[in-house]
Amino acid sequence: MLKLLLIGFKDLRVAFRDRAALILMLAAPFVLTLGLGLVTGRFSSNSNSGFENIPVVIVNQDQQALGNLLVEIFNSEDLVDLVEPSLVADPEAARRSIDEDTAAAAIIIPAGFTESILPRAEDFASPGKSASQSVQIEVYLNPSRPTSAGIIQSIVDEFLSRVEEARLAGLTSTLQLIRSGRITPQQAASAPPPDLRAATSAATLAIAIDSSTAQGETVQFDALAYIAPGMALLFLMYTVTQGGRSILAERAQGTLSRLLISPTHSAQILGGKVFGIFLTGAAQMLILIGASSLFFGLKWGDPLGVIALVLASVVGATGWGMLITALARSPNQVSTVGTAVMLIFGILGGSFINLENMPPAVQTFSRITPNAWSLDGFTTLGLGGTLADLGVQITALLLMGAVLFGIAVLLFGRKNLVQK
Amino acid sequence: MASILEVQNLVKKYGDFTAVDGISFDIQEGEIFSLLGPNGAGKTTTIAMLSTLYAPTAGDATIGGHSITREPMEVRRVIGVVPQDIALYEDLTARENLVFWGRMYGLSGKSLHARVDEVLEQIGLTDRSKNRVKTYSGGMKRRVNIGVGLLHKPRMLFMDEPTVGIDPQSRRAILDTVKELNRQGMTVLYTTHYMEEAEELSVRVGIIDHGKLIALGTQKELTRQVGQTETLILHLGENDDAPTLAAALTGLPQVLNADAADHSISVITPSAADALAGVVSRANERGIKIRSIDIREPNLEAVFLHLTGRALRD
Repeated sequence: MLKLLLIGFKDLRVAFRDRAALILMLAAPFVLTLGLGLVTGRFSSNSNSGFENIPVVIVNQDQQALGNLLVEIFNSEDLVDLVEPSLVADPEAARRSIDEDTAAAAIIIPAGFTESILPRAEDFASPGKSASQSVQIEVYLNPSRPTSAGIIQSIVDEFLSRVEEARLAGLTSTLQLIRSGRITPQQAASAPPPDLRAATSAATLAIAIDSSTAQGETVQFDALAYIAPGMALLFLMYTVTQGGRSILAERAQGTLSRLLISPTHSAQILGGKVFGIFLTGAAQMLILIGASSLFFGLKWGDPLGVIALVLASVVGATGWGMLITALARSPNQVSTVGTAVMLIFGILGGSFINLENMPPAVQTFSRITPNAWSLDGFTTLGLGGTLADLGVQITALLLMGAVLFGIAVLLFGRKNLVQK
Repeated sequence: MASILEVQNLVKKYGDFTAVDGISFDIQEGEIFSLLGPNGAGKTTTIAMLSTLYAPTAGDATIGGHSITREPMEVRRVIGVVPQDIALYEDLTARENLVFWGRMYGLSGKSLHARVDEVLEQIGLTDRSKNRVKTYSGGMKRRVNIGVGLLHKPRMLFMDEPTVGIDPQSRRAILDTVKELNRQGMTVLYTTHYMEEAEELSVRVGIIDHGKLIALGTQKELTRQVGQTETLILHLGENDDAPTLAAALTGLPQVLNADAADHSISVITPSAADALAGVVSRANERGIKIRSIDIREPNLEAVFLHLTGRALRD
């Protein structure tokens, strides 16, 4: 185990001493992130998220205060650039628009939604025992537009959260007034509802895209939260293929033979090389995350989620690096194939173009790339998700890494580590 | 003295090609044994099998009582290897390389660093130990390459052509290091295609060609096989065409072989006195002035020629 770690840390040191590699591992993704940030206006005063005119279909069967308020929010000045809402009467038609991929999400506000939220006389008469029937808003999401759908979902979630906060605050104050005898339950029921409009205006809903205008605790989606991980993941593929290349390079320069004739098991050597790739990839990602936070003020989201996702992403990418290495015959072949795979995975995985703009078949195929799963995860975190929301992505990345590593080991076993 | 290494009928085949063809020999504890042969003779493959890098196709060997096929891990603890190619991490410093390889051989803590200092002193690189290996000359890299093989104080050191491609000064330093290591008690298996190195370092020599061990014994025993041959060394001027004269000398009846190298020609002959007149005459015919002539007793070059009909450098 100790020798495995020694080999891994030695590889990390060697990787970070190679100036050419450092340019591609760290400088290139950083500069590209900066460039794309400038292109999308992320660094200008009227910056935007890169997401605009997200089509959303709303069915307002409630037709009362809260239902109307939610419709108003989607049509407000604050969200005019971000969403493109359309009202329809038929819930089935709304769902169909999702199935036909003409909208990112459908919001169906059922009849009685407002009544189920606002307090009634009987709520004050017997507090703690809600007589209202719970009625929930349905948000029908388009799986082929995960990011846009996620943004809509986060707007609705935030709206509901604010409504609930305001409702509880109002209910608590009213109950205190009733208990102190200042008003009767009947008077309370006839009193105006809590100021939900103020509490849920789009400006405070935390859907603001520009952090400089967001107020309070916001659920923001920063365009850079998509661009920066996209670029980091693109060049992570470079790092893992370079790491894999080092196995063949060590074979060519004789150090692999020297390791194999030291009192070290070949499994420790291969394990150490893989650990070195993993360490280098993780260090690269964490440095890029740190740098983008420091220099661009980018908020990556839940730190635990970020760390777990970074590690899982590196595992998935390392699997690909090992497979490419096991299939290649020379270090140069790994470099050539690795660069091609890096670019293909970058395109397929959404590092250059948001996957939502790709045909469904390509979106499905993109799941072979660590980039796609990982970007999904980073988007989830960027939208306020936590580690608990990353189960699918992390599992997929770990499985990908394990399966590809298994295949690579079989191929290595067949070819023999010392074969020249 | 007991054998530290015993090789029994070792074979290595790659498909139809036989790289090592049933060689057997032994090395006594404390000796320097040279395996002499031309490029491609099977020296490196033999070292690769003995150091447990390649599994033999047939046969076995024991080193320090451990079988290379059944107890490779024990064998690796007994041996140190200096490979023919420089096997170092060029982006690390000499010290970092030595520390890493020392750890791979189980050294740690203060004893590791003390041993690294000792080896750096031994290879004469203490002052440059903090420079990256890629900034070193070929000779310096060779010295670090040797240092790695010495770190864990192996009982048996394999050195595979450690002087290939380096300047005479570094070559001299390496040969002196080998003798010093042996003086300290280390057993050395030294492979080379330079006859002079084998002659200088070893009492016992094995000559290998086309994968077969064609001669084995002390230098005296081997030269006795050749019979009475002598070698004339002709020293020429810098502008003289040594290869052309060597080719012309080969045709003389008293000359068994003539081999040109670095403005000199080695002429193997049954009688130096009888051959001398013809040699000088051929040189004069071609306008080449011989600056000086040495006459040498039978040597390993002559043995190789006698056994194979070719010169070592052919």
